[in-house]
Amino acid sequence: MNKRQFLGTFPALLLAGAGCGSGNHAHAVYMLVDTSGTYAQEAGKALLIVNYLLGTLESGDSLAVARVKSRSFSEKDILAKATFDTRPSQANAQKRAFREKVDASFRQVPGSAHTDITGGLLQGAEWLNETGAGTRTIIVFSDMQEELDKVTQRSFPISLKNIRVVAVNVVKLGTDNVDPRRYLGRLEAWEKRVVKAGASEWRVINDLQRLDRILARS
Amino acid sequence: MSSQAWMVLPDNFAVSFLVLAVVAMAFLYAARAPMHALIRALGQALVGPLRIGARWLSAAANEIHVRNKAVLLAHGKQEIGQRIEREFERLGALVTRELQGYPAMQRKLLDEITRIEEDYKKCGEVPPTPPDWADAVAAVAKVKSAGNEVVLRVLEEINRSVNSIHDKAIAEYRKAYESRHKILEGFMPFWRSVDKNLSQVEKNVADLKSSVKGVDAHMAKYEQINAGTDKAQHALTVSAGTQFAISVLVMLVAAGGAFINFKLIALPMSEMVGAGDYITSTLRTSEVAALVIIFVEASMGLFLLEAMRITHLFPRIANLNDRTRRRMMWISLSLLVTLAGVEAALALMRDLLIADKQALLQSLATVQANAATDGWVGRIPTAGQMLLGFILPFALAFIAIPLESLIHSARTVGGVALMALVRVLAFGLRLAGNVARQLSRVLIRVYDVAIVVPLLVERLVKASPARRGARMGRIDDIERTHA
Repeated sequence: MNKRQFLGTFPALLLAGAGCGSGNHAHAVYMLVDTSGTYAQEAGKALLIVNYLLGTLESGDSLAVARVKSRSFSEKDILAKATFDTRPSQANAQKRAFREKVDASFRQVPGSAHTDITGGLLQGAEWLNETGAGTRTIIVFSDMQEELDKVTQRSFPISLKNIRVVAVNVVKLGTDNVDPRRYLGRLEAWEKRVVKAGASEWRVINDLQRLDRILARS
Repeated sequence: MSSQAWMVLPDNFAVSFLVLAVVAMAFLYAARAPMHALIRALGQALVGPLRIGARWLSAAANEIHVRNKAVLLAHGKQEIGQRIEREFERLGALVTRELQGYPAMQRKLLDEITRIEEDYKKCGEVPPTPPDWADAVAAVAKVKSAGNEVVLRVLEEINRSVNSIHDKAIAEYRKAYESRHKILEGFMPFWRSVDKNLSQVEKNVADLKSSVKGVDAHMAKYEQINAGTDKAQHALTVSAGTQFAISVLVMLVAAGGAFINFKLIALPMSEMVGAGDYITSTLRTSEVAALVIIFVEASMGLFLLEAMRITHLFPRIANLNDRTRRRMMWISLSLLVTLAGVEAALALMRDLLIADKQALLQSLATVQANAATDGWVGRIPTAGQMLLGFILPFALAFIAIPLESLIHSARTVGGVALMALVRVLAFGLRLAGNVARQLSRVLIRVYDVAIVVPLLVERLVKASPARRGARMGRIDDIERTHA
């Protein structure tokens, strides 16, 4: 709070006294980590993002880290989740524990044959809605190449209303290098699907030095 | 519509324009009197309300001036009255302290003077004169011996007796002078004491005199205020303006102190009331809680100074009996000390929270930073924060003094500013009214300029050589009347 805000507090207090409350300012983040195929090697980078989130999220915010495997629409795929205590000291302790848990989970996560990103998104949306946070973000740490088995059904409209979807570290596949249109087309298709699902924002961040854009609203 | 539609003779601009101008001039000439009346009426319609407005504002400004003067003089009277009262109290204390021992001192002085007088008298006592038979002895001494042995022996005997008597008398004289010298020597401490006492009396009287001079000056001011002189009003206004500026400055400094105080306790307050609650989009509940603590501290300071009768913002507190007032003073002071202690603890907690957060961020970072200094140097900021947390509430408590000054002087400064604003508005309205009146005159002149040709024709036709002068004079009169 700067001096201007400090001085602006007096009318704000009057407004608050008059009953002009505010909405929920909590931020909930659901991070999907792709563990399929060759992308499983990127787990170290995912840990970097988790660390960034732990350092940035504040008391009262929520964070969950889940893996994307052959079928991801399941609570069992959530590796760690926490709603940080409103007391900063407790929140710090929770963050330490969260980090240790994610660290341990990442070492044990087995690779999967298929990639069910849609299932992960559905699970994430469900969890985010349950938190009731004012700002909801799903981070998809994946190459965004969905590969489903023959039994799994995901070709139906999904709902991501009021949720920001941020695709991080969308690496290029070998085939993308042959024909870049495949990569661009894949991202475009996901954007269309996410926007159609009612997402408030779609963003792709490949430069991990710009992680601040993950939580920054456009 | 074609651009040549207005032309009486198509493709002949000059003739068309001329014809239209002649026709227009004829119409304008015919409508001259009603048009003049219309313009004058419009001018009056504008000027009237503007003048009324200006007059009303001037009256309002005068009323504000009178009210300001009354308030200013009443306030000044009260202030000077209090000052005189305090001067008298001081004077009373001075008189009680310094002059209550005056009778004793006077007695002492009189005793000392009496003693000095007695001693002086003792000094004046001369030793007894030689006995009368000395003359007889002198006569015998003049007797001629003529070689008589008996006579010689008698004379020698007499000489010896006289010499021994002389020696005795001399010794007695010396002894008497010695005792007188001793008495005179004994004077010294009394003289010193008298001198010291008189100096003290002189100093006290001088102090009294200077205090009385101060009272006289205040009384002169009081009389001026009582008489309601412009000089007194001006002096009070200037004084209020200065007070206002100083108070604002001090309040700004206090606001800076409050901001620092807020910074110290806002973060740790989130540990008490939670960091996730918001009152507005940017204002956390913890920040409001910190602000409330600061306001409570300022209020306690206010009550403390009120109870100590340093400020007089609440007449109810000033009118309390001494016992209740003293009780209130101790309660305020206790709460203030408690809050200061709480703030010191919060400042410590802030430091711990920041250190914890820093440690967390370091553990999350890929590159580990060097550990912070753990020695006594590293504890200086913590101690400084705690000290600030304890001191700032007491410093904030003193804002009651500039606040009172600000409130009192703001009435005067605000009144003067309002009066100036109303006067400026009145001047603006009067100016606008004058401009409107002059504009109506100018419009009438412009109208006449537009129909100057028919007017000249009229003048030539109507004016006979004999009556031209009279008519010209009448036209001038009419124009003057129109104007």
